[in-house]
Amino acid sequence: MDRITAPTLQIDGLSVSFATEAGRLQALRDVSFAVPKGRITGIVGESGCGKSTLINAILGLLADNGEVTSGAILLEGKQDLTRLSPREMRDLRGLRISTVFQDPMGALNPVLSVGRQMRDIQYRSGLTRKEKDARSVEMLRQVRIPDPEKRLTQYPHEFSGGMKQRVAIAMALMMRPALLIADEPTTALDATLEVATIELMKELQQQIGCAVLFISHHLGVIAELCDEMIVMYAGEVVEKGSVRQIFKGARHPYTQALLECDPARLHERVKRLPTIPGTLPDLKNRPQGCIFRDRCAKAGPECTAAPPDVELAPGHVARCWHAAGGAA
Amino acid sequence: MTVPLLSVTDLRVEFPVGGIVTRLRGGVTRIEGVAGVSFQIGRGETFALVGESGSGKTTLARTLNGLQKVASGSIRFDGQEVSTLGRAALKDMRRRMPMMFQDPVGSLSPRLDVRALLAEPFRIHRMAARDLDAEVRRLLALVGLPADFAGRYPHQLSGGQARRVGVARAIALNPELVIADEPTAGLDVSVQGEVLNLMNDLRDRLGLSMLIITHNLHVVRQIADRTAVMYLGRFVEHGETEAIFTRPHHPYTAALLSANPEPDPDRVLDRINLPPEVPSIFARPKGCEFHTRCPFARPDCAAAAPEPRQIGSDLLTCHHPLNIPAPAGLERPA
Repeated sequence: MDRITAPTLQIDGLSVSFATEAGRLQALRDVSFAVPKGRITGIVGESGCGKSTLINAILGLLADNGEVTSGAILLEGKQDLTRLSPREMRDLRGLRISTVFQDPMGALNPVLSVGRQMRDIQYRSGLTRKEKDARSVEMLRQVRIPDPEKRLTQYPHEFSGGMKQRVAIAMALMMRPALLIADEPTTALDATLEVATIELMKELQQQIGCAVLFISHHLGVIAELCDEMIVMYAGEVVEKGSVRQIFKGARHPYTQALLECDPARLHERVKRLPTIPGTLPDLKNRPQGCIFRDRCAKAGPECTAAPPDVELAPGHVARCWHAAGGAA
Repeated sequence: MTVPLLSVTDLRVEFPVGGIVTRLRGGVTRIEGVAGVSFQIGRGETFALVGESGSGKTTLARTLNGLQKVASGSIRFDGQEVSTLGRAALKDMRRRMPMMFQDPVGSLSPRLDVRALLAEPFRIHRMAARDLDAEVRRLLALVGLPADFAGRYPHQLSGGQARRVGVARAIALNPELVIADEPTAGLDVSVQGEVLNLMNDLRDRLGLSMLIITHNLHVVRQIADRTAVMYLGRFVEHGETEAIFTRPHHPYTAALLSANPEPDPDRVLDRINLPPEVPSIFARPKGCEFHTRCPFARPDCAAAAPEPRQIGSDLLTCHHPLNIPAPAGLERPA
């Protein structure tokens, strides 16, 4: 593959299983998508859809009982992350791939000053202590922390929740990674802070030019921040495409139901809020055929066979037997 | 006019801060978590409290339930003053005004199964003589869980199922007012809808009143009859939900409404941006407390605190109320 046009992250046919006492649990089945260079790709899906497993697989941090059973994870078109040794993987994390997690307090060490932590993560940069501190100050200024020189000597508890998350973002982007994975980074924040944080992330992403994989269950945030998006259900990518293709013309019944459920779409009070009846299938006994079949209003006899990935428009793909047959 | 079920008048809650050194130096020794709040909840009515973290929503709810001491003001529940009740009377009042706490799974003891969790309110209030198994079955049916869930432990429940158990515990003793602190935080959107539908159903069937605390404005619109917006321990705007959502008068309310990203990539944003940092209640701003973040502030806002004023059903504290419809997008036709 041509390295110049290669996407920053490309995942091909990834399947991941966990060995549990009750048997094998297939957490991801045949997951494929790409995060193009310099773009923001969102992942949506509800609890248990495999978002966390997917991130851990990319970062090489699957639990001991987890195993990549097939597929490849290509970083910048060259390295297959599933084949790297733990040591090689460790050299990539923080440098080429960095992460911002949901809980900003958990991401910072409470007994070290912020300046010390920001210096520590530059240990591979070869800079002097003074140069590192200068870069830390510069980075804090970019994430709009007032009075950054003084802030370096302070401890995490002296920062508000929104500031801590901005410090975490500053630390993640400090080494100018190729790929930033943001796992629900705004979920713990108030609405006003959430909006400020996504605007900041968009701005920094454009400055640094990295690719971002942004996980959120907040559909409004995905619509506002992302270029492309992926919808996951029970460990499968059921639909992917540009944000506009999906929000304006979702074709997978699960995506349609999920969008329908978002109370942000309702501009007046309704008698009953829409829900998705039924529960997630048992991933230890994955049903054959379509994974959403049991909860799908359109399910028919054909759905007992595995559905194809139907390409509806360039880049817009839905894994459904009914997707080809026009808009619902 | 009928007597409201809950009537709160000029309620203040204080916390002591600092030590003897601070006191000797004449520094701040008390802060006001709730700083003069008045409102009423009628029978069968749902009232929502919204505001950012630290605005005093949870402190207010805990105080209503007697979990926090009242500094001054009055809380009357069904005509009875709550702030002066003794332990036994307070316990009886909590039977009529239970609280649902945040975190669906974390608010259930991991060592009790669902049967024991649902029987616990009866034991605490010495009503265990009745047929508890029948009560457990009745409650499970009421919240839409299968009867065989009685043997499960909290870690075997999903977030939505655990929340249903929490709802069942709250309504076990036929309460009159349920206080729910962030009832849907952390739940998926499809499950959030189920829980809100359940709470709306139970309110209609059992004639409950509800006080809902949340920072999710979409939830408020779907469930609350009236809404109060809190900022630094005070109500800045308070009135009928639909009126506030279609035409907010306080700039803070308008900013909160506009801070909701819409699930539509083509929407043109007309957002009111606020500086993200909330002032500290250790050093409340002079004049209107919101003027430090308000995009519409004028010089007189820093000089004097605004008096409450009434516009329609809406009571607000602002020198220069807005008179514009809700920010674009929020009321655009579907």
